[in-house]
Amino acid sequence: MSNIPKDLRYTKSHEWVRMAQGAAHGAAPNGAVEVGISEHAQSALGDLVFVEVPEAGRALTAGDACAVVESVKAASDVYSPVSGKVTAGNAALAAQPELVNQDPYGAGWLFRIQTDSPLDAASLMSAADYEKYLADEAK
Amino acid sequence: MGLKTALYDTHVRSGAKIVDFGGWEMPLHYGSQIEEHHAVRRDAGMFDVSHMGVVDLHGDRVREFLQRLLANDAGRLKTPGKALYSCMLLPSGGVIDDLIVYFLSDTWFRLVVNAGTRDKDLAWIRRHAAAFAVTVAEQRDLAMIAIQGPNAREKTLPLLAPAQRTVAQELAPFYGASLDSWFVARTGYTGEDGFEVMLPAADAARTWDALRAQGVLPAGLGARDTLRLEAGMNLYGNDMDEDHHPLESGLAWTVAFEPGGRDFIGRDALETLRRTGSRELVGLLLEERGVLRSHQKVVLAGIAAGEASAPPLTGEVTSGTFSPTLNRSIALARVPKTAASSVQVEIRGTLHAASIVKPPFVRHGKALIPH
Repeated sequence: MSNIPKDLRYTKSHEWVRMAQGAAHGAAPNGAVEVGISEHAQSALGDLVFVEVPEAGRALTAGDACAVVESVKAASDVYSPVSGKVTAGNAALAAQPELVNQDPYGAGWLFRIQTDSPLDAASLMSAADYEKYLADEAK
Repeated sequence: MGLKTALYDTHVRSGAKIVDFGGWEMPLHYGSQIEEHHAVRRDAGMFDVSHMGVVDLHGDRVREFLQRLLANDAGRLKTPGKALYSCMLLPSGGVIDDLIVYFLSDTWFRLVVNAGTRDKDLAWIRRHAAAFAVTVAEQRDLAMIAIQGPNAREKTLPLLAPAQRTVAQELAPFYGASLDSWFVARTGYTGEDGFEVMLPAADAARTWDALRAQGVLPAGLGARDTLRLEAGMNLYGNDMDEDHHPLESGLAWTVAFEPGGRDFIGRDALETLRRTGSRELVGLLLEERGVLRSHQKVVLAGIAAGEASAPPLTGEVTSGTFSPTLNRSIALARVPKTAASSVQVEIRGTLHAASIVKPPFVRHGKALIPH
């Protein structure tokens, strides 16, 4: 079974969202949230060879294609789970895209974004819901 | 459900990610495609290629038949065991398939054809074989394992019986030998040394496990694709097909126009295309970060300001990938014939610089272009 941390929220397109107060990794300050792709997503993609993340300052609307993760075999878009302004992209991924495979919930984070309004956690799936979603998707 | 090779259960037990390929359920990778790629470049890896079609041709006029059927000249096959790579063409010059033909005796030649094209290939071959009284027999009970890499041969030889081992050990590159119910050839699709072994399906799983015990790493179709592209080898359906002839697919070297009297199917069309053809297949090296993929648009450079009235010359990437050996992206692309050394490729709406290079990119473990 795929690793699905309990403290994160998830989307149907397999992004994860870490709320500021739960940020164990570096921390996303001032209410910004951190975004990455799930263990399941990186495993399905295979070895990543190129990752493009949004630049700081870019305004995003929830659902915008804003990052690209490319494996040897294909390119996939990553969609912003929330609306807001990007505060940082993970610069380390330019040289080490494999961080997303090795540590998708930690060093392999993609970007941080300051949300426009307090995040409505109910708009995203809990770990339990995401686990059920993956199980249904596999059927 | 798709077709399964004799090694399907073995792949599943090894944790392979299975994908559909030409109607077959085949392993894409067993965990890390890049590790599998490096194993072949640096040591030894093995591929299940049992999905490919093995077709035996028998008859007194079999060589004459192949000289009609194939764009390359089976007349070049003078020593038993010698292999020849060739395209099989439509009268238009379009490519029905690319294949390898082994000369086994004056009355027996063996073809190895692609999985996705085997049915149409067989229909085409049968249609033309009748006039030469050649019998066409597909060998469906054979499995095929390709063991590739600098250490592939030495790790494979101990599995063979002593008499077979001696023969296999002495095979020159691009030769094969029939050894009882097995067939061993020093061929491959990776740019590395190695063997392709055809064997009874009943022997396949046991042999695969024995190779694994010798330290040969199972590798999937994903690594097979990055290896062949680094080696500058074409993939049927990507780099050539029924709408594209060999001369614009980097395969002019496989078309034998001499002797001039040999009337192979497609010859008339190619004689004209030889003079009028305006496109060629080139290698591309991406100069920026990103990954080249098939169907991306290639824009020839030098169409900048001042020449805006002329429509830009464009081409298309036919195969693109990330090269694990070079750690950058490479591709094959069909472009208008050009003296230019650089182009731009459109990746998700923006243009990126790429250099034109002559494939192969990598051969026998060594990068042939700067990286």
